[in-house]
Amino acid sequence: MTDSTAAITAENVDVVLSGVPIVRRATFEVDAGQAVAVTGNNGSGKTTLMRALLGLVPHRGTIRLFGTDVERFHDWRRIGYVPQRSSILVQQATAREVVASGRLGLRRPFWPASTADRRAVGDALAEVGLAHRAGSPFVRLSGGQQQRVLIARALAGAADLMVWDEPLAGVDQATQGVLAGVLSRLRDAGRTVVMVLHEPGPFEPLIDRAITLADGRVVADGPFVASAGGHEVHEWPHARAHGTGLEVV
Amino acid sequence: MEWLGLEFMQRALLAALITGLTAPAIGTYLVQRRLSLLGDGLGHLAVAGVGLAFLTGTAPLPLAVLVCVLGAVGIELLREVGRTSGDVGLAILFYGGLSGGLLLASLAGQGTGTLSAYLFGSLLTINATELWIIAGLAAVVLLVCLGLLPQLFAVSADEPFARTIGLPVRVYNVLVVALAAVTVTVSMRTVGLLLVSALMVVPVATANHLVIGFRRSMLTAMALGVVAAVSGTIGSYEFDTAPGALIVVIAIGLFALSWPVSLLLARRAAPAIELVDDQPPLQHEVTEDHPHVHAEGCGHLAVTHGGHVDYIHDGHRHAVHGGHYDEH
Repeated sequence: MTDSTAAITAENVDVVLSGVPIVRRATFEVDAGQAVAVTGNNGSGKTTLMRALLGLVPHRGTIRLFGTDVERFHDWRRIGYVPQRSSILVQQATAREVVASGRLGLRRPFWPASTADRRAVGDALAEVGLAHRAGSPFVRLSGGQQQRVLIARALAGAADLMVWDEPLAGVDQATQGVLAGVLSRLRDAGRTVVMVLHEPGPFEPLIDRAITLADGRVVADGPFVASAGGHEVHEWPHARAHGTGLEVV
Repeated sequence: MEWLGLEFMQRALLAALITGLTAPAIGTYLVQRRLSLLGDGLGHLAVAGVGLAFLTGTAPLPLAVLVCVLGAVGIELLREVGRTSGDVGLAILFYGGLSGGLLLASLAGQGTGTLSAYLFGSLLTINATELWIIAGLAAVVLLVCLGLLPQLFAVSADEPFARTIGLPVRVYNVLVVALAAVTVTVSMRTVGLLLVSALMVVPVATANHLVIGFRRSMLTAMALGVVAAVSGTIGSYEFDTAPGALIVVIAIGLFALSWPVSLLLARRAAPAIELVDDQPPLQHEVTEDHPHVHAEGCGHLAVTHGGHVDYIHDGHRHAVHGGHYDEH
């Protein structure tokens, strides 16, 4: 039986893009309040699975968000999506303008931003440590700062399910620390966070569970086992079997 | 200044003002979506509408609007389902529209001479009815461009994200290309179908040199568009030149001028824009009783930070400072 309070329910999800099967028979559930890492090698289907969960690519099987089929899901203000940084196309906008997009699910067309909207945007930028960069052009920010802006955009809404696609990819250590702080606060607030990660980095102590994909299939799903200090290899669940042990220091 | 008393000049100036406002407004979205040449393709498509109007003996403006909007929406829907890439779609617009228009015009017994009023504009011969139609359509374009600015920006910048916050992405995408089509046809009597795209793109590029921010860029582009359009119209009367061409030449001149101005502005603003990572204002707490001794190979990720080494520990950084660790 499916728990209707689960944030995400995926049952036998298949995704085929241009005739190529990318995700195969993926079945799992994410309970509200969990911080879940989705791991796997390049090309294992992690990003496509995230996009399927959000209804961005066609799929077979069942996907439910908060108990509602994703095709019929309308309460998008509950979702905070952070795509891969390279997917966004911004020429001239400031960091503030990008973050303000995160409020649009709560705003009516043709109505100006309210005081609450402006405050939420300012708070989100402050939370990622970029209040002082609000007026800077997004394209002139470093990769790490751009990632923080995209996280702030998701924070500016009222989402209780965050889906982050490789938030740590190519970002500097300062940003990793800031994002770990954000993740920690989201956990404390009972939010659900599902993130594609290649390596846990500073997120390690904050992750409840890891789902590992290989060739589009879920090959491991279980509690995340943090490595003991002093070990040189951070072992992801079943990672050794798939050769994804991560050397650190 | 005797031109101010001439009715045809008053109409021409009003039409130029409207074109100067609307073309860069919708152009800002096209440039953002890297569809700078869409206006050009739509201009060619509108020629088919004009040719059809000649053949059916109807007024060219409404028919051109209709053909152009239908074509633009069709191309956008094809792009969305991935049946055609952006540049192939534009090529079909270019060649199909232009050849179709010329064919229809010749079938109607009209030569390219008659078409040239639409290809290159004929600002000084605009009549009152045309001016009303232009004003009405432009008001709709401006209302949407400014009123839906945050939504249209979000969709242009990051379509998947826009979908996940529940924005009607397809509606907004179709709206942008439909309004671009309306703008092109509205502008065909002022700068002409072959040059309208310049007024949609060049002021935007100029504004991008001068100001920061999507909204400010759009408003600045509109102001630059008005300056080019109005001064070009007056100049064409004074120097007896083709108004459409002069408007575009002035717009390009402003673009050329914006280079040195932007360099000057960048030099002044340099301290405010950093390309390197800054250190975020994290709290700085002190841990006196940390039992673990961080050192090379201790198992915690070591990072260089501001001339010293931090160790990532439980989601934050530890830095050795005197006899304790600073919490970063």
